[in-house]
Amino acid sequence: MVFVGSDGQLIVPTAVKIVIAGGFGTGKTTMVASVSEIPPLRTEELLTEAGVHVDDLAGIEGKDTTTVALDFGRITINTKVVLYLFGTPGQNRFWFMWDELATGAIGAVVLVDTRRLDSSFPSIDFFEHRAIPFIVAVNCFDGSQLYTVDEVRHALDLDEAIPVVLCDARDRESSKTVLVELIQHSMNRLAAV
Amino acid sequence: MTSREDWWYDEAAGPLVRPYAMVRGRTRPNAPDLHLVTQVRASAFASDQTSLTVEHREIMALCARPLSIAEVAAYLDVPLIVVKVLLSDLIERGDVLVQNSSPKVPDRNLLQAVLDGVRGI
Ligand SMILES: Nc1nc2c(ncn2[C@@H]2O[C@H](COP(=O)(O)OP(=O)(O)OP(=O)(O)O)[C@@H](O)[C@H]2O)c(=O)[nH]1
Ligand SMILES: [Mg+2]
Repeated sequence: MVFVGSDGQLIVPTAVKIVIAGGFGTGKTTMVASVSEIPPLRTEELLTEAGVHVDDLAGIEGKDTTTVALDFGRITINTKVVLYLFGTPGQNRFWFMWDELATGAIGAVVLVDTRRLDSSFPSIDFFEHRAIPFIVAVNCFDGSQLYTVDEVRHALDLDEAIPVVLCDARDRESSKTVLVELIQHSMNRLAAV
Repeated sequence: MTSREDWWYDEAAGPLVRPYAMVRGRTRPNAPDLHLVTQVRASAFASDQTSLTVEHREIMALCARPLSIAEVAAYLDVPLIVVKVLLSDLIERGDVLVQNSSPKVPDRNLLQAVLDGVRGI
């Protein structure tokens, strides 16, 4: 791949991101892995015990710190654009991390497991309140598709405008379709304002 | 590449001392606008690297192609904050180029490019 522009300057690409959210164990990392061009990477952010972002290393040696891990993958769109997919951290106490992830994002996929619908409520609330475009993807664990799309929509009390799709997070084509659905939804939202 | 344990844990001094030592007492990045997906890459006109630490040089090698801050941190296996401090040094020296914009929601053309790209994978 060539990263030199027509003027001979090195190109620093534009980065965009999509957030893969949802409750504990709903298949977030699995979805990132199925579409990423690289094996998912993991990076860690330093936190104080109270769950506050450490943005200053001063005095860190004496403090109790913990880390929050983020899984992410990458899709190189072309030489000028790269897409990152971030799985949200499992524990809900790291909301500030969600803010950083959501800022400037194309939107979010909220994965749900119909056996534990309620575990994805906080994710839906988060994106609804911040007016960030999102779609709901029902991860069909072992064909355990117990409900129809309409039943899921109703159970989650979702607005008609929010797309709900079925998927298998392990399957690349299926996950690709979910991403396409989200990007189209974001474009529609953009057109609507 | 150095293993996580080497970076992160010091047998005698305990955890967290190594990364602190690595940034040599500097506690926060002097380039403030570094986000998870901010793209960085080594300049084609990088200065003499002999005065750089091993960690800085590892970053320079990684950034021979454009990468996000998150990728640099993941490949080096150090916390994001530490990579941000180290990258700030290199940006200040002009050895690393940075995409200088904070994350903003993509416009329609960019979304269309991403849509086409994802369809094509
Ligand atoms: N049968 C089946 N198993 C799946 C599917 N998606 C994920 N799994 C499995 O479910 C488990 C949890 O998946 P993960 O991708 O780790 O879920 P996660 O949302 O990243 O989990 P946390 O980060 O811990 O919240 C793993 O053992 C996966 O292999 C699916 O579509 N079908
Ligand atoms: Mg996970």
